[in-house]
Amino acid sequence: MNASSLPRWIDIGLLPVLNLIAALTVAGVIIAIIGENPFVAMGVMIKGAFVYDGALGYTLFYTTNFIFTGLAVAVAFHAMLFNIGGEGQAMIGGLGVGLVVLFLDSVLPPLLVVMLAVPAAAAFGAVWGVIPGWLQARRGSHIVITTIMFNFIASSIMVWLLAGMLMAPGQMSPETRSFADGINLPLVYEVLQMAGFSVSRSPLNLSFVIALLACFGVWYLIWRTKLGYIIRATGHSERATIYAGHDPAKIIMLVMAISGALAGMMSLNEILGVQQRVILNFTSGYGFTGIAVALMGRNHPIGIVLASLLFGALYQGGAELDFEFQTITREMVLMIQGLIILFSGALAYLFMPAVVRIYSSLRKPTGSG
Amino acid sequence: MADKTISKARGDDSSPLAISLENINKTFGSVQANKDVCLSVVPGTIHGIVGENGAGKSTLVSILYGFYSADSGTVAISGEPVRLRSSADAIAAGIGMVHQHFMLVPNFTVLENIILGHEGGSDLKAGARQAEASLKSITERYGLSVDLQAAVQDLPVGLQQRVEILKALYRGARILILDEPTGVLTPQETEQLFDILGTLKAQGVTILLITHKLKEIMAVTDFVSVMRSGEMVDHLQTAQTNPQQLAQMMVGRPVLLDVGYQAAQAGQAMLNAEHLTVTETSGVTSLSDISFSVHQGEILGIAGVSGNGQSELLEVLAGIRKITSGTVQIGDRKITAEQPASPSEVKRLGLAHVPEDRHAMGLILPFTAAESAVLGYEYADLMGGRSPILSPAVMAAHCKTLMSSYDVRPAEPSLKSNLFSGGNQQKIVLARELSSQPDILLVGQPTRGVDIGAIEFIHKQLFAMRDKGCAVILVSVELDEIMSLSDRVMVMNEGKSMGIVRKADTDIQEIGLMMAGVTAASPRQQKAR
Amino acid sequence: MADLWLQFVLTIDATLRVATPLILCAMAGLFSERSGIIDISLEGKMLMSAFAAASMATLTGSPFLSLAGGILVSVALSLIHGFACITHKGNQVISGLAINILASGLTVTLGIALFAQGGQTPFLNKSERFTDIVLPFAEQAEHVPVLGTIYKEIISGHNLLVWVALFSVIVTGYVVFRTTFGLRLRAVGEKPEAVDSAGVSVSGLRFQAVIIAGVLCGIAGTYLSTAHGAGFIREMAAGKGYIALAALIFGKWRPVPALLACLMFGFMDALAARLQGVEIPVIGHISTDLILVLPYLLTVILLAGFIGKASPPRSIGVPYIKER
Repeated sequence: MNASSLPRWIDIGLLPVLNLIAALTVAGVIIAIIGENPFVAMGVMIKGAFVYDGALGYTLFYTTNFIFTGLAVAVAFHAMLFNIGGEGQAMIGGLGVGLVVLFLDSVLPPLLVVMLAVPAAAAFGAVWGVIPGWLQARRGSHIVITTIMFNFIASSIMVWLLAGMLMAPGQMSPETRSFADGINLPLVYEVLQMAGFSVSRSPLNLSFVIALLACFGVWYLIWRTKLGYIIRATGHSERATIYAGHDPAKIIMLVMAISGALAGMMSLNEILGVQQRVILNFTSGYGFTGIAVALMGRNHPIGIVLASLLFGALYQGGAELDFEFQTITREMVLMIQGLIILFSGALAYLFMPAVVRIYSSLRKPTGSG
Repeated sequence: MADKTISKARGDDSSPLAISLENINKTFGSVQANKDVCLSVVPGTIHGIVGENGAGKSTLVSILYGFYSADSGTVAISGEPVRLRSSADAIAAGIGMVHQHFMLVPNFTVLENIILGHEGGSDLKAGARQAEASLKSITERYGLSVDLQAAVQDLPVGLQQRVEILKALYRGARILILDEPTGVLTPQETEQLFDILGTLKAQGVTILLITHKLKEIMAVTDFVSVMRSGEMVDHLQTAQTNPQQLAQMMVGRPVLLDVGYQAAQAGQAMLNAEHLTVTETSGVTSLSDISFSVHQGEILGIAGVSGNGQSELLEVLAGIRKITSGTVQIGDRKITAEQPASPSEVKRLGLAHVPEDRHAMGLILPFTAAESAVLGYEYADLMGGRSPILSPAVMAAHCKTLMSSYDVRPAEPSLKSNLFSGGNQQKIVLARELSSQPDILLVGQPTRGVDIGAIEFIHKQLFAMRDKGCAVILVSVELDEIMSLSDRVMVMNEGKSMGIVRKADTDIQEIGLMMAGVTAASPRQQKAR
Repeated sequence: MADLWLQFVLTIDATLRVATPLILCAMAGLFSERSGIIDISLEGKMLMSAFAAASMATLTGSPFLSLAGGILVSVALSLIHGFACITHKGNQVISGLAINILASGLTVTLGIALFAQGGQTPFLNKSERFTDIVLPFAEQAEHVPVLGTIYKEIISGHNLLVWVALFSVIVTGYVVFRTTFGLRLRAVGEKPEAVDSAGVSVSGLRFQAVIIAGVLCGIAGTYLSTAHGAGFIREMAAGKGYIALAALIFGKWRPVPALLACLMFGFMDALAARLQGVEIPVIGHISTDLILVLPYLLTVILLAGFIGKASPPRSIGVPYIKER
């Protein structure tokens, strides 16, 4: 028996849950080693993520980031492309937003500027994704290495610009000036308050809705369009795609553009939603988390939303841990994240032999078979 | 049982059997690949094992070479029971294997490949020098000369196989297993291989020949064992059997080895190739000045050992590969280097293509059968034309129709393509391409890896297409298939056409010589163009 | 003029110091990738062993015990990578990434638990570190023109681990190309079936390669925190593991070209540090960011095939599964 002959609920339900439990168990052991009670820590994380005032809003805010970067990795994965460049693509997407706003916010009305900034994030991210895509498709450069390099190159570009040309005048820290008033995506709690609901403050904003729309869009593209069929075909077999009359190179570039665009839109959440200026390192590892999210979510939008929620809770809960415990900082979240990627990604079928054994023995009521 | 035939043949000779397998069982998951298999191989003989794909011969041989461990049963080599847990054990027991797909490191030299794993110490240079010396005596004894310093990837396939044999002998093999060794050889090279086997046999080496080619079994083996569905059907002395009997044992019912060729009336030319030349970016010329035409209602067979340009020819005609010079004319459309045609365009011109490699090209293995059945036809009318939307319902319905017309089993569109047997996979591809009612059909290796029953069906389908007026171009490395299906035969060697002959005017010997590049068709035969 | 010469010599001197972890990690990557296992986790192994070494140095006071600690930890991570990729045939890129992220988090978490200094380890004093080895007559050599300066600044005055790094290149070259183990290693990276059918264990070879990679990364990490620096600081690997990977690709998976690539990248790094804020006639200020981005940019240009071809070992990244 192998993965493809197991019932689907085991493959996409039980195994990921087992992997998650394994990762959390190892994390728990490490927490115990450093002298804290893992169950208490877990409790704090859950409360911090969901229970306290505004917690859910914050959790969903982080979730938004992960949905975008997770979708980016997943779309590329359907073409068997490993896009590790989410960080860089998000950064450049943010650059796009910044450039549009900084040049236009004194010229055009705020609504128009925001409406231009959204596609700018996607477009700039797409460009940063398409270049490694082109390199892979036409020059045969391995996309894993090029996207890693492009992350570093993007980071250097951001430093160079934000500490140089784009730096707010009279300041010392590398960031742009603040956007003009009203140039931001509406905050959810404000919108709900206007509708009469009393909700605690949180940075959750409209990009959450955009993210969910993107989920639907990706699902529809991959499974209900001919382009999606061709993308999946290219991922499985380039030769078959050529035989069918399509150009794998064009598909690869297109997929990387879409992937980069999705990652680029992550910047909307941070920059247009909360910061209202472009700062360094606003991506702070979200691009890499996107890989974990896509893996856990099995490259399907529903799985990605669930996994993003998990990681959003981790991040928000991690902030609470940092706050409440002397000995624990946000790096704890990184550690847990690494363990989850390890168990869900590289060791994804670790528990399969055991599960198969148990499943087979449960399915044999009489000694036949 | 095995022993009866063997002991009868040996009479009083009581020296231990080279190989003795008793009740070998091996199960993979729910599939029993070997069931109570017994085998007795007399030392110094050539013993053949025949069976269809999936009959269990590869598994059996893998057990002999230590790749797998049998679930139960015993193995004895030269009378001594052995446990073969790894290739190292097998090599130590004197077993050498020449695999179907060579186990050679392409960018290593011949010498490096031979000594790999038996370098004789940790210093490479010293070990290599020693090896060269002992190899000299081996090459002389068996007549297997090869340039030790050549890079394996630069050697022709026949020589690479020789390296594999040398490797086994260098490691001290007294029992040599050859797994489907002649698939990549011309008839003449096959003769040379059999000469080598004869020499080895004279030197006391025992040879186990795994093949599905009944003619070779008849030509070279002393004994033959037939496997079917994981079990040994029977063991026979080759001199006392014939291909029909063997085929029947392989399948379990009488088999039509020749589906009954009937000459056809060819109509107008549907496709004309003139001075077709293809040069790769590496500078290699894969097709050189090929000219031919195919007519309505005929099958043009393209014969040749694989790797002589036939694959490239198919790809050029299918629009997958670019022409460097020359033309291909289909109807009013003249396809040239300046005006290339894409696979979609040639489809619109009425051409369908059943590719040589159904796993890499014809199907998408992880896709469901319904999805594979749409490959290349995503924008066809049946799928909604130019509409960008994909309808799973339409795909499934279409697939169901194809499956019932072509007897694909199981007739389940949602089953993943890789779970179908080779024959059924090929039927899906065939169904997809034939259902578009093409005027021209390109077919590559239609029965590779397909069981005998399905071969029958596929050959009948090809004749049916021809009789309906389709122009069929058939590429196959199985000369028997070419000879039984074609009306005319074009032989390719090193990218060139060695001539086109009417099947009625030629025979296998002549074709074989042309495949090896030895003679070009005589003027009488050239007229068949 | 003499001043420019001295500046140049000092930059070369700095190059060796900066390139040392790159060289060690590049050799590590060479062993791993030549056997067919992609190793993106050079960064994480180096980081984790830097932490382990600094902690050992703080706790025991002995630089050699810290080296042992660094190597052990790095080998442990290699075994995890090996278990995931070789035994479990998992995705090698993901495994490498996971280890890097895990290392980033684990080092700070343990650091806070052990030393309560926000993730750092305490400052190490001279006796706890690998110190510069001043060769005999170094001071006197200053009077010898040209060669003397070279002797004093570039050759003398490096710590033990720098010499170990340079030596590792020679050892790597010998082992990979002149020994039986090396032949088998290269074979397993090109065509593992050939090795398997010769009776040699594919996983065994790959595990050996991965462990050797672990040892070398361990030395690199130890160097960072106990030789080059004086303690562990969070994220102190600072992308060096990725630059080493780039250098390996640049060197086309051969030891000496990879060494040269490491030296070149190290030179760029040292040069960037030197040129900070310096005015050059005509060009003016050179942004250090532009110089620091060069290794990555050059690697991309190489991979794009604009400076020759870089072909990795044939079976790299593909787990070995016996055909049925």
